[in-house]
Order: sequence, then structure tokens, then C-alpha cells
Amino acid sequence: MKVGIYVNGKKIATDIAPDLLLIDFLRNHGCKSVKRGCETGNCGLCTVFLEDKPVLSCAVPAARADRCQVVTLEGLQEEAAEFGAFIADQGAEQCGFCNPGLLMNAIALFRENPDPAEDEIREYLAGNLCRCSGYEGQLRGMRTYLDFKKGGKTGHEVCE
Amino acid sequence: MKYVNKPIRKMDAMALVTGKPVYLEDLPDAGYLIVKLLRSPHAHAMIESIDAWTALAVPGIEAVYTWEDVPEERFTMAGQTWPEPSPHDRLILDRHLRHVGDPVAIVAGTTEKAVDRALRNLRVNYQILPAILDFHEAKDNPVQIHPEETWESLVPVGADNRRNLCACEKLSEGDIDQVLAECDVVVSGTYHTKANQQAMMETFRTKCFLDPYGRLNIVSSTQIVFHVRRIVAHALGIHKSMIRVRKPRIGGGFGAKQTAVSEIYPAFVTWKTGKPSKIVFTREESQIASSPRHEMEISVRVGATKDGRIRGMDVYTLSNTGAYGEHGPTTVGLSGHKSIPLYGALDAFRFDYEVVYSNVMSAGAYRGYGATQGIFAVESAVNELAAKLDMDPVHLREMNMVREGQAMPAYYGEMNTSCALDRCIAKAKEMIGWEEKYPRRILENGKIRSVGVGMAMQGSGISGIDVGSASLKLEDDGCYTLAVGAADMGTGCDTILAQIAADCLECDLDRLTVLGADTDASPYDSGSYASSTTYITGKAVEKACDSLRQKLLTEAAGVLSCPTAELCFQGQEILQVEGDAKISLADLAARSQCGCEASFQAVESHFSPVSPPPYMVGMAEIELDPETGAVELLDYVAVVDCGTAINPNLARVQAEGGIVQGIGMALFEDIQYNSHGRMLNNSLMQYKLPSRLDMGRLRVEFESSYEHSGPFGAKSIGEIVINTPAPALAHAIANATGLWFKELPITSEKIAMGLKQRK
Repeated sequence: MKVGIYVNGKKIATDIAPDLLLIDFLRNHGCKSVKRGCETGNCGLCTVFLEDKPVLSCAVPAARADRCQVVTLEGLQEEAAEFGAFIADQGAEQCGFCNPGLLMNAIALFRENPDPAEDEIREYLAGNLCRCSGYEGQLRGMRTYLDFKKGGKTGHEVCE
Repeated sequence: MKYVNKPIRKMDAMALVTGKPVYLEDLPDAGYLIVKLLRSPHAHAMIESIDAWTALAVPGIEAVYTWEDVPEERFTMAGQTWPEPSPHDRLILDRHLRHVGDPVAIVAGTTEKAVDRALRNLRVNYQILPAILDFHEAKDNPVQIHPEETWESLVPVGADNRRNLCACEKLSEGDIDQVLAECDVVVSGTYHTKANQQAMMETFRTKCFLDPYGRLNIVSSTQIVFHVRRIVAHALGIHKSMIRVRKPRIGGGFGAKQTAVSEIYPAFVTWKTGKPSKIVFTREESQIASSPRHEMEISVRVGATKDGRIRGMDVYTLSNTGAYGEHGPTTVGLSGHKSIPLYGALDAFRFDYEVVYSNVMSAGAYRGYGATQGIFAVESAVNELAAKLDMDPVHLREMNMVREGQAMPAYYGEMNTSCALDRCIAKAKEMIGWEEKYPRRILENGKIRSVGVGMAMQGSGISGIDVGSASLKLEDDGCYTLAVGAADMGTGCDTILAQIAADCLECDLDRLTVLGADTDASPYDSGSYASSTTYITGKAVEKACDSLRQKLLTEAAGVLSCPTAELCFQGQEILQVEGDAKISLADLAARSQCGCEASFQAVESHFSPVSPPPYMVGMAEIELDPETGAVELLDYVAVVDCGTAINPNLARVQAEGGIVQGIGMALFEDIQYNSHGRMLNNSLMQYKLPSRLDMGRLRVEFESSYEHSGPFGAKSIGEIVINTPAPALAHAIANATGLWFKELPITSEKIAMGLKQRK
């Protein structure tokens, strides 16, 4: 079937199989940041924005994205680098495999709620699993980033 | 020191957080054959026949291989130093199937759809055999899991395939029965720890191709490139020189990738067809046919005088290696060797073990490697002993814990050369407010707040076995290239090793490039496991730096026409201490490329005859609801002695990550099988990993000793960190309920049912 999907602002018009999942469509079109971790919608690694809302791309048929805007971390490189640096300054990126999904969902959270309380962060990101970091370092990074946005120190300055 | 003991950002961090294509599946692979496996639906069966005709007829199918197509040489997938202690008990494909998920056939084709169709088209007749699903019944069972004549154990580990025995040993010092008979109080218990999944976010995966020399190139998500080369060469029956193994960035390992779980299948396909191929395990395959923690049952007897002197410890471990013996003979040893020595002045101890085969998936290496299981048992028994003695369990430990300078007979007879366990427990006690909170407080709403404690140790590499190497080269602009064979699996060891090198070479970190594990380019390294990289490979880096500095000084002495003794190495230049002569490293390096026969490269290897243990104390505060059995973790405090923390940020995150894995193991992670040997928890939907709602508040601090045999005083951190949550949480639950749970995980259901039964 023919679809036209806007990926990071660029229209991709192509023929797809009806059972193609959005994650595979995106990876086939160069968005390698989108990772598959579980196949059952439990890990959050494949999070992308569909019409500005975070979705699990392993649980969305590509056909559903026809004529829609899809954004992956490839399309958010500046935000990823700015916020990601705070995770990196905690060493909490670790293996990095869950990072793109986490960053997508964290960016969605910050857009929705620019000043979330710690409980709100935990709840919003509960579906983003990480097996390396134990989450605490990610939380430290997020708190430092949110403080920085309010005029506080950079992640590097906090570590020093 | 400019870099050591500083929270340096990982050198690859920004690529990871911005989602760059750095993992195996992200690398270009157009034209690669897709490799998948048909897996056994039966726990124990013999293949009577396979009809592959209709599978081969599917358009796009390149090959279907069965047990009739593979070499007859048995091998082990365990990544261990040759000769491997794990028995050679596998074929690439075997007619005899030993667990649900055991490979029946390899299918390779040009598209995933074609391969999936071919898998559905394969017709297999199985002769179903009686299965051993309870590991208590395995030893001497008439059902033999490895009856084959070609089964082989290369190392005397007490294995006997006719008895379903993968290993056994008896070890003791002093007369334990006599000592325990003399003790005023003896506590005994049998503790059961289940198999657990490492569940790294990136599943097992491998790509293979032939290079222009016809050599088999394997790019894999692995912790052990050199072992993979040997394992695949052995399994294919080809020379090691025909194989190159590399790793890209790895999406986590935790020991799972210390077993060559996925490599052999595409390697076989590419070697047979000459075509590039790849395999990517699904999460389900990673759950049902991989290398989880060994299930163990550990019986402990611990005895003390009535004033609290622990005199004797008796430990027996029964370990379940599953269908194959990967890491079976070695993990079990740690259940005693890295638990009993936590107590320093025993009059006697005994440690016996047996490891049995059964019809569940093979176990493997998982962070903690048997120590985790043993420490849960021994620390729980000591907590129960404290209760029987009516003593504060922290005080009991302060009286009995191992101290720096003590001999450790149960720890391979090694000396305790560096140990801040006493400071760790004092600090942890203060951080959590032990005096005020122990043992419990009942809230007005009926919920109970309680605390629990556990101590832990591990090793730093395998004494006398693990080898790390570093090759250091001065480039012509005065920068360095550091090649290592250790595999950075996300832990940051590439950065940690560069920090060590930068301080040894007195240069900026950005003057160093680190080349990760590649069997063609790296000097030999056993691999990243057994908590060895910082301690062993780190020391090799230190030696390589010293060696290169000497070479550079000698060369500079020639150029400057003065004796080496008058020269001083100062980072970017070498200069005369009293005089004006000097030369920059860049100039020196440039000279090496013109009319020069000096090589500005040093390669050094290192091994250690000892494995200095890191130490740790963990304390948990929980809130338990006696109506539902629900446990909420409020606070987890951990104090670690890993020697010098080369990178405190990375050491802290290791600790936090390990603790959360340990929390999962203690409270809900469980591998369960039905009565046919089929796994019930074959996805992340049924196998519950801790989320950020489950971990409460974590606080990690360091109380460092200084280990003289390690680089800059460092020991290890990677594994020990998973060892305290199980005993500390079991203790907190006991303090809340009076119930001493001896089987993991301690779920809310078990607590609720336990409380109900007591009523």
C-alpha cells in the first residue's frame, strides 16, 4: 500500500506492506536511533513522536502514520545534545541503548510540563526501562538539567 | 592526578545520548542473509526426521541446516580461558534436544518474511523423552541428559555425564562438625535462588562476512572477542587465523555476553555459503535460550558462642546448570569462596558443592557469578543468627567481619590486603539512621517500617588466570593510540583506561584514542568479565605507559646527546632537568618516521596472582503493608570499598545499576517453567524488570581502601554491587513480619500468604 509519511519534516512517499511496523519503517529509512528492546510494548526504547505525541513505534502499524508527522531523535539533535549532556555528566547513559527512547519521552515530558516534580518524572518515564543505570543517575541528570533551565549550573559544573 | 578519581564524561557519551548509529544492527548490512533458528518445542526429545524440502522451496531461502550438516566436535559456548572448565557438551545443532528452545535447524534467506515462512514449513518428527525439570532429581537419574560418548570435560572439576553431574567438590578447613557442636547457637537454613535474566536492553546479535582474504569476520555484541574466536574456530573445525572478531558499541551485557550465545549460527552460515549473514535474537529467544543466572539451593549452618563470636560455617550448594554446562563448574565455587570469607576468624569451615544438568535452558554468567547466590544465603543466616543471639546484626558483623591484614582460608588462601569494610558499615549505619530505625516501627495506618542489612565481597579478576594487555603507540603528532582487548559494554572502561593512561603519560585525555576489542588489532585480553578490566587491564595500561615513557626517554637521549638519567618526561615534551636541551613529543614522533629504526610503541600484558576483593555494605529501609504483603522500598543505602574509584561517576552508576538489578532479583524477577518445561516468563511483559517506580531512593557512598597491586590503588566495582539487596531486603522483611523468607523472589503474595498462615 502507498503511504506518505513525514519523517523529521521530510516526506517519504513509498509502498509498504500492510503489516509493516512504524519502528521498521523508520529504521529502514535511516532513523537508527529507534531501538527495539522487547517487541511487547514494555521497554520504551522505540518511543517516537507521532503528531507530537510520544508513541511506542513497535506497537504502531506504519500505515497509521500515513500523512502524519513523525519525529525521531534524528530530528531533535539539538535538544538531544543539550539535555543528553546532563545525563552524560552523571555517567548515566551507560550502554546507551535505551537512551534515545528515554530522551524522546523526557523531551515530551518537558514540553508538557516544563517544571515536573520528581514523582511526576518517575511516573511519566516509568515505561522507559533501563537495565544499566538504576535510574538514580538519570534522575540526577534531569534535576540538574531542569535547574539549569531555571538559571542554574551545567551538569559539568555540578560534578566539579 | 588530573584524571584518575575524577568524574570524567565517557568519551563516547554524546554519540550514545544523541542516538548515533553505533550498535551492531545500525551498521550497514544490505545483502546480508537473515539467519533464524527453529527451536525445540520439547524439553527433552530426539529428532527422528526433518523434512526440509518445502522450507527450501520458499523463494529467497539460501540454506537450511540440520544436525546432519554440522561438525561432530563438541564445544562449549562459555567464554573462559582455555582449557575451559565448562564441559564440551554442545554441537552447533544436535539430534538430541535438551530444553525448550534448543536449536533444531538453522534457516538462512534473503528476507525475514521468507525465513519465517521456511521455519513454518519445516516438518520435524520428535521422539519425546522424559525430562528432568526439578534439579533436585537430576543427579543419578536414569534419564541421562548427556549420554553421548563425545561429551568431554577438559578440566578435573568432578564432572560425570553418566550421573548428570557437571561438577562437584568438597573443601574444608578445621573440624566443622566439632566446632558447630561446641557452639552455643547454631542457625541452619536452606536458601533457594532462582535463575534470573540479565535482560540487557540489546539482545544477542552477530553479523558475519568473508573478507578479501577469505577470512571469516565476526562482528558481535560480545564481552569476549578472543574467546569467541577460539570457540567458533573449535566449533567449525577451522584454524583461529581464519577468524577475526570485533565488537561495536554494546547495548549491555552483565555477563550474558560472556557466553557465545549467538555467534556460531551466522558464522556457520557464512562459512558454508560464503555470503554475509546476520542473526538478531528476539526478546523471546533472549529469554528462553540464552545464559541466565544459575539457580542454586544453598544450605548453610553457622555457629557462634553466646557472646557472638562466629566460629564455624558450613555451606553446601546445589547448582542447576540446565541443559549445558556453560559456567556451571565455576559459578558455583563463588557461592562459598566469596561468602564465607566475609567472616574473618572462623575456627572451621566446610564448602561442598554439586552442579547438575537438567532440561531447562543452560545457565551462564550473570554479574555476581554465584557470589550473589551464596551471599544471600550466608548473610541471611547471619541475620537470623543475630536474632537468635538477641544481638544487633550490625554489631554482630562489627565483631566478626574480615579485617585488613587477615588471611582468608576460604578465599583461595589469599591475604586481605586492602579492606575498608569496617568503615563501610559504620558509614552505612550512620546514613540510614540504623540506631533509630532498627528493627521496626509500626505506623498508625498499620504499615510497618523496618530496616535490613547485608555485606558483600567479590573479586578483582580471576587470580593467576585473567590476562589483560595494552598496546600504546605514539603517533606522529604527539598523540597516542591505546589498543585494548577489553570490551566496553557500556560500563565506560574505554574511558577509564584512557584516564589511567592520561595520568601515566601526563597528557590531556583528548590526546588519547582508544581502540576497542578486535582480535586482529588488540593485544590479548581475556575479556570484560570477572570484575577484571579496571584491575587487570588497567594495570597493563599503566605498565605500557611506563614502558613507552622509557623508550621515548632513550630515544630523546640519543637526539639530545645526553644521558637518559638527565632527562625528564613532562607530558608533551622531554627536557633536561638541569640544562636547556628539550624536545617535544611531536618532534620526536615526527623523527621516528624518517630514517629511524626505533618503534614508539609498547605492548605490555598483566596478570595478578591475587584477586583483591572489593567490599560493600547495603542497608534497606522498607514500608510493608501486612494486609497485602506489598513492600515499598523507601531508602537504599550502600557504601562501597572498590579501592580507588578511577571514575567516581561511573563507579557510582555501576553501584546504582547493580543495586536495582539486585532489588529485582530479591522482590520479583523470576524464571518459571510449566510442567512441560516451557518458560512462563518469555517476554518483558511477564518477566518484570524494576522500573523507576520500584527503586525508591538510592544513596551510594565510597569508603576506599588502597590496593597496592591495582592501578592507582583500584580494585573492582562491576559485580559486587548486585550482592547486597537480596539479603538486606529479606532481612528488612523479616524484621517487619518475623518471617524469614529463604526463597527468592520474595513477592507480595508470598509475604501475604506467610502472614495469613501464621494467623
